[in-house]
Amino acid sequence: MSADALLELRGVDVAYQRRGHAPVRAVLGASLAVRAGEIVGLVGESGCGKSTLGRAAVGLVAPTSGEVRFSGEVVAPIGRRARPVGVRRLQMVFQDPYASLNPRRKVGEQIADAVRLGSGAGVRADVALARVPELLERVGLSAQIAHRFPHEFSGGQCQRIAIARVLASDPRCIVADEPISALDASAQAQVANLLAAVAQQSGLGLLFISHDLSVVRKIAHRTAVMYLGQIVEVGPTDAVWSEPSHPYTRALVAAIPRPGAGSHLPTELPGDVPDPARPPSGCRFHPRCPVVMDRCRTDDPPVVEVAPGWESLCLRSVARDGP
Amino acid sequence: MSLSDPLPLDSGLDVSAEGVDALDRRDRAALRPPWRQPLALVGGVIVLAWIVVAIFAPELAPHAPNDQFATPQLPPSHLYVFGTDELGRDVLSRVLYGARLSLPLAALLVAASMVIGSVLGSIAGFFGGIVDAAIMRVADLVFAFPGIILALAVAAALGAQLRNAVLAVIVVSWPSYARLSRGLVLAARSSEYVTSAKLLGSSGWRTMWVELRPNIAGPIFVLAALDIGNAVLLLSGLSFLGLGAQPPTAEWGAMVSEGAQNFSSYWIGLFPGLAILTVVLAFNFVGDALRDMLDPRTARMIRK
Repeated sequence: MSADALLELRGVDVAYQRRGHAPVRAVLGASLAVRAGEIVGLVGESGCGKSTLGRAAVGLVAPTSGEVRFSGEVVAPIGRRARPVGVRRLQMVFQDPYASLNPRRKVGEQIADAVRLGSGAGVRADVALARVPELLERVGLSAQIAHRFPHEFSGGQCQRIAIARVLASDPRCIVADEPISALDASAQAQVANLLAAVAQQSGLGLLFISHDLSVVRKIAHRTAVMYLGQIVEVGPTDAVWSEPSHPYTRALVAAIPRPGAGSHLPTELPGDVPDPARPPSGCRFHPRCPVVMDRCRTDDPPVVEVAPGWESLCLRSVARDGP
Repeated sequence: MSLSDPLPLDSGLDVSAEGVDALDRRDRAALRPPWRQPLALVGGVIVLAWIVVAIFAPELAPHAPNDQFATPQLPPSHLYVFGTDELGRDVLSRVLYGARLSLPLAALLVAASMVIGSVLGSIAGFFGGIVDAAIMRVADLVFAFPGIILALAVAAALGAQLRNAVLAVIVVSWPSYARLSRGLVLAARSSEYVTSAKLLGSSGWRTMWVELRPNIAGPIFVLAALDIGNAVLLLSGLSFLGLGAQPPTAEWGAMVSEGAQNFSSYWIGLFPGLAILTVVLAFNFVGDALRDMLDPRTARMIRK
């Protein structure tokens, strides 16, 4: 992976221990890098481990092996102590905006607190409060709403407030965990565009986790595809969408409904996602793969570099000439 | 189906709308403001009256509480409305002065056990592990005894004094606040607003004080309101048993005790007893109304 990565995950494993059962290996050997000013989309079906990967990236979940680095500093799992000031510039936007804002505190106070906490120390309360109007206007809200409570807003507005609070801490990288999937259709596009615009303006790194493929396709520079805990393909968004190398990506892309596709229904993968506690042998995708070979059932698939910056986890993937 | 086709869909909607209305009406009855609930109103008026009595006792009482000036054990008359006790003191004056002791002490008690209990409970819930185990086992230990028995033991061990009786009641009443606040903190601890605060760099103490406190305060205040009556009762109970206020202090529990020793003169014990009864009952009415108002979810669960 590149040296200039802002947020870098290297061989991250996350296993959830269960009493009396085999541990669930929710994430397996995931490596991913987010550079400054870059939007990376992370897509996959429900339960594939993309949220766990996002939580591991900010330190909410401790990886069982591998490491997460943010500007070169190891991201330690969050404990009882306050997070180190350096790592506070790595922030997260959550799925449910109502749950991620404190219901009993005014939104202005919450944003001002983020200003004070994010800077580490030394910002006076009135100075922090004075920055609230500017932050609210940056996410497209009126400065007048600072004295209101979260329940007075719609889901989309709450998510904007949550974004304003994250911006208040002056982040360099944001992990957005399904930030639009709890919102109305009209608010989804607005919030996705807002996140992309904010990241571009300030040169932030953005890891955008979503199952909405069309949104990821629109805003992400690079796309990573996850299946059953593994990143099966990662590469430039255009390339991954137009000529996907991994059979799972191909199936995903084929599943996007298109206008003008006539009476053809999107192609479907046979079967369901296997239980992550008992993953299949060999390639984890082989029971559903349309182009499965005998070796896939026994051999772990290699990481194939399809083109520079474009990798696929499949025995069938081959290097191509140029992107 | 055309848009003008009204039949099956509309009739279905009507039924459900009625159902919703009925539900709404029941909820509204449960959530009437306190000033429209007769019990809450009565409770509030009695509490207010006792507070006025406590503040203006010297002006309201016809005599000083400890003056032994009259014939002992006179029955109630126009001269001594509540009669006189075995030492010739005016029972009415003593009952009025008793409010100056019981009400402030009960408020102090409840405030102290609320602060101690909810701080310990929040620490237990928030930090978990061995801290949680240690605090909650002590709380369980207290819960294992009947409250009055443990308070008796503590008061007896510390010495029969009003101050020690207050301490004893605090010792037996903090665990219920600890248990309640621990549960509330446990529920709120894993919520995303706490997670985001931690991501922003909030320390454990700041998270508890700034983020959690406003979210758990409501139910704790409700418990405190319901507990005031209980505190009055426990304290006068200890005094009744001779472990609280010492003679000649005009304290309701101690006065009932004197009344029990002079059973033929019913008025010596009856009127301070009535004072305890009305205060406890009134505080419980107010507490119930407060719970309905601040905690409508629990209130509704209890009703259904």
